[in-house]
Order: sequence, then structure tokens, then C-alpha cells
Amino acid sequence: MTNKPTLDRADARVRHDDSLKGALKDFTDRLRSGDLGMLPVIVSLILISTVFSMLNPVFLAPNNLVNLLFDCATVGVISLGIVCVLMLGEIDLSVGSMSGLASAMIGVLWVNAGVSLPLAILAALATGALIGAVYAILYNRLGMPSFVSTLSGLLAILGLQLYILGPTGSINLPFASPLVGFGQLWILPAWLSYLLGLLPGAVMVWVGLSVMKQRQAAGLSSQPLTRLVLKAAALTVALEGAIYYLHLGRGVPMMFGLFVLLAVILNYGLTRTQWGRSMFAVGGNKEAARRSGINVRRIYLSAFMLCSTLAALGGILSASRLASSSQQAGTGDVNLNAIAAAVIGGTSLFGGRGSAWSAVLGIIVIQAISNGLTLLNLSSSLRYMITGGVLAVAVIVDSLARQSRVSHGRG
Amino acid sequence: MQARERLPAKGERILSLRGVSKRFGAVSALTDIELDVHAGEVVALVGDNGAGKSTLVKVLAGVHQPTEGAIEYMGRPVTLDTPATALEMGIATVFQDLALCENLDVVANLFLGHELSPWRLDEVQMEVRAWTLLKELAARIPSVREPVASLSGGQRQTVAIARSLLLDPRIIMLDEPTAALGVAQTAEVLNLIERVRDRGLGVIIISHNMEDVRAVADRIVVLRLGRNNGVFTRETSHQDLVAAITGAAENSVSRRQDRLAAEAGGTPA
Repeated sequence: MTNKPTLDRADARVRHDDSLKGALKDFTDRLRSGDLGMLPVIVSLILISTVFSMLNPVFLAPNNLVNLLFDCATVGVISLGIVCVLMLGEIDLSVGSMSGLASAMIGVLWVNAGVSLPLAILAALATGALIGAVYAILYNRLGMPSFVSTLSGLLAILGLQLYILGPTGSINLPFASPLVGFGQLWILPAWLSYLLGLLPGAVMVWVGLSVMKQRQAAGLSSQPLTRLVLKAAALTVALEGAIYYLHLGRGVPMMFGLFVLLAVILNYGLTRTQWGRSMFAVGGNKEAARRSGINVRRIYLSAFMLCSTLAALGGILSASRLASSSQQAGTGDVNLNAIAAAVIGGTSLFGGRGSAWSAVLGIIVIQAISNGLTLLNLSSSLRYMITGGVLAVAVIVDSLARQSRVSHGRG
Repeated sequence: MQARERLPAKGERILSLRGVSKRFGAVSALTDIELDVHAGEVVALVGDNGAGKSTLVKVLAGVHQPTEGAIEYMGRPVTLDTPATALEMGIATVFQDLALCENLDVVANLFLGHELSPWRLDEVQMEVRAWTLLKELAARIPSVREPVASLSGGQRQTVAIARSLLLDPRIIMLDEPTAALGVAQTAEVLNLIERVRDRGLGVIIISHNMEDVRAVADRIVVLRLGRNNGVFTRETSHQDLVAAITGAAENSVSRRQDRLAAEAGGTPA
């Protein structure tokens, strides 16, 4: 084992860094070639929190952060769906309208028509899935670019939302209902959130160890144990620290827990299943994916349906957050924020690159900016301009990084 | 789909095309093509640029649908309507443009569409098989975990060839498999073609390199302007082959040879 190189280490031309210093070098090499990963988000989060906490110390107060997380969950869920369509190099511009329609459906069906809540939620989600399927059919059968089909969808769905809300325009949801409690009050019990905070590190070590064992049995090299343990420890400390800080205030919102759970599921789907592999392949080279025997149409169908369904779920969550279904739901900057979050988090607009975590980190950046600006008593006009500027910077970083990747041969 | 159950006996006809035509609008890319491939046989498709070789391969790979004609596979008439159908039946293809996803790594490309355990990808097993397969091809790939975008043309070609072997096919079609390969890799690919043939598979190879064609082909099928223009063996003389490809005994190749011969004879020793 010591003398004979492992199966994947036989090529003398490749440098393999197993030490911590080597890992650092590997990391800087990646950055230089334009493989930025999550770095821009983390840098901008640090920047944002420093600036805003200097301008108004309330920004970093535990309870403000708890509110921030409540706000993140609604648009964040929509952003998870956007990641799916962006991954294919397509877009859905109607997610805002879709979320508005879903929120209106909850109000009309549940409050006005007296349908039971689970049934109303199911109906809203099914409508989302149906609209996604329509986009996919327009794309697959008629070759209609998603940019155009979803742009017309934006208007049509908004019209439907106004139509079903009728002349009253706004429906209040009963404040004592579990839906509103979930959106405004419910917090994970402290013991549970601390326990959940331990989970990622534990899973990391457990999976890491079993992969290591498998790789050694198969004659492949494996990552050094120290690096794995250090990574897991750093993650656990960071998470538990954050949870402790949030519990100085109200604690971790249940709704944010749901959002993270969805992100974990999507992340598993994208990285560890055949479906996810096919998503990356279709986004990277559609024709090559087709010739490999992938059912490209089904992949588009799954992405559009997932996107619209998650948009509907986001709409339901925002109705519960605001305790109302109104004509304003899903309008304004919801669309832009959902798309911007995915892009800021590192999902490429050009397809073939991205991750579920980009939606989580990206939406935290977006909401932090919006929350910080609100604390400074800035009007929404200034907020829009500043958020627009941030999005422009994120897209510039994305395209520059892409050019750099191409010239460094990293696709 | 059921055709995969048994390996065909040596010499049995695996694939036969009768009167296959493919038109793109006003252009007839293929007209009345007849082609037979038997188990344990290497068929070379040769022809000038635009003779329809790659179109024929794409028809057999399910990428294009023929306008007319019948395809018989393992004795049954079949319709190759998608690449997935062709792959499923055991027709593997190495395309001229390789059809790799540049954003994915080598392992992901090799197993694309046919990953091991679809609901919980078995990366370790896939990586092991990837290395074994690449070693068989004497490939020089630095790492199978780098995106394909970072590989050279020859390395990509090796990856594409390795991918075609992965699914245990009955027929392999190679469109210009050695165009971007180095000396050792070309030899390995030719060895591989012979190994695959000896295993009882049918091989269709497209190449402009007559030396390679002669080295491995049992039959040489010439296409010219989208039509069959004769079937030859490796014993056929170079002149006859070139004449069939270009369509005339008097052609630019023969004229060049005559001129060189005249120059060599004309200059005093």
C-alpha cells in the first residue's frame, strides 16, 4: 500500500496535496482559475454585516436576525426552484406571480370557501405543478424559449390572482390558525435546534469515514482523516455558535428549518442521484446528454414543475408570514429577489453549474441588505436601486468567473 | 430491447440496412444505402468529405431518423427513434464531436445516463471502473475527477471511446476514433478494435487514414455522394480504393502520384 501508488495516483504529472498547506494551495488555485464557489457570498455577508452593524447596531441583535430568517424562508423556497431551472440554462420569470396566485388560493379556498387547510395547500401546490408542466410542454413541443413563455405567464398568472381575489382584493387569514403561527411565531425548541446543529458535522464524519473505507477497499486514495475531522468540527462549531446566538433572542424559526430541510433534499437530489447528474449534463451540453440516452424532455419537465411548485409553496409561506392573501402578494421585488438569490449564491445563469446551497446563502445576502436598509429607514425606492446594483455585480462576477474558467480549462 | 439477452454467434448478421435514405430538405445525404454487419467483423466506412459517413452513423445511433428504408437488428426490424433506444439495444457510438459534457468530470461523463444505483450514486464503484477501463485503453488521464474541459483533444477522445465500451454493446461505431490520438493511443485503439471483434462484437469504423483501415478492417465499404460505391477487402490495392472513393481512376491522388513518379524518374540520379 505504501510503495504501490493507488489506482488514481499513478500519474506522475499530477500534484497531490494531502497536507493542510496543500489543501490551502489547492483552494487558491481554484479561486485563481475562476472556480469561486461560495466565496463571494461569504465575503459579501461579512461586508454587509460589518457595514450595517456600524450604521445601526440593532442589525446584529439576535431578534433582528431571527426576523431575518423568517423573511428568508419565504423567498428562499422560491429561489430553490429557480436554482433548478437556472441549472438547465433556462429561467422562470413568473415565480413571483405564481407565489401570489398560491397565496390568493389559500385565502379564497380556505377562508372564503371553507375548504380544509391541507386541501387548500394541496390545491395551490398542484396548480403550481400544472403551470410548470405547461411551461415544459411549451418548451419541449413548441420550442418556446422559457424567457418568453414565463414572461407571458407572469402577466397571465397575475391576472388570475387578481381575478380570484375579486373586488375586495385582500383576505385576512385567522391569526390563531396554525398556518399563521408557523409563519410568524413557531420556533424550534432549543434542545432540538442544538441537536439539529450537531447533525451536519456528524453526518459528514460518518459519510466521510464510510467513503474512506470503501475507497481504500477499492484501491483508491482517500482524503486524510485530519482534514475530514477538522472540517466537520469547524462546521459544528459555526452552526452551534449561530444557534446559540439566535437563542439569545427568540430562537430558530421552524419555517427556516423547513427551508433548510428542502435545501438539503434538493442538494441530495442534485449531487447524489441520477436525476441530478442529468440536470448538470443537460445544462452543460444538451445534445451530448441526449446522445447519452438521457430523456432530455423529462429533465426539462421535472425542472419547470419543481420550480413552479416551490414557487407556490413560497407563496403559501409568505401568506402565512403576512397573515393575509392580497393583490400585492408576489408582486414587486419577489421575482427579482428569488432569481438574484440563486445567482448571488453562485448558480450560473449559463447553465450547468449551481447548488441548492446557493439559494440559502444568496437569499440571506439579499434579505440582509433589504433588512439593513429598512433599519436605516431608507425608502423602498433606494432599496430597489441598491438591490439591483448588487444583482448586477453578482452577474458580472458570474460572467467574469466563467470566462476565467474557460481560459483555465475548467468548463 | 429483448435483443440484448444473448451474444450473437460469430458470423451471424447483427445489423442490416436496406434502402436507407436520409434527406435534409433538398439535400439527399444518404440514398438507398445497403449495409451488413456481422458479429466478429470490422467494417470500415470510407469516403470523401460529405459522402454521408457521419450521417449514416447518426442514423444508426438514433440521432437522425431515416427518411426511407428498413433497419434490421438481430434479425428483427427495428426503429431507432432515440439515442436511448439504440444504446438500450446495444449499439454504442463514439461521435466525431465526442458528445461529452465539459462541465462534468470524467467519471460522470463515462456513466452519463447509466449511473450505478440511480438513487444513491455509487461514486467509488464508478471511479474504480473508470480507472480500469481507461487503463485498458492505455489512456493518460491525470485525474478522473477533473472536468472534461481541462482535458486535451486526445484525452477526450479516449474518454469517449471508453464510454462506448461501458454498456457492454453488441455493435460499436467509431467515427474518426484516432483523429486526435497519439502514436501509442492509436495503436491501443486498433488493438482494442481487434479485441472487441474477437469477443464477437460488430465494429463499424470511419476513418480517413487508409493505413488504419487496412490494418483492422475485414470489409471496406465505400460511400460516395451518399450512395454505396462498392465493397472491398483489405487486399484491394490502394489505387482501386482511392478510385472508388473519388469516383474516377483518374483523380487528384493518382495525378499527384504520377507527377511524383515522373519527377523521381526525370531527375538524374
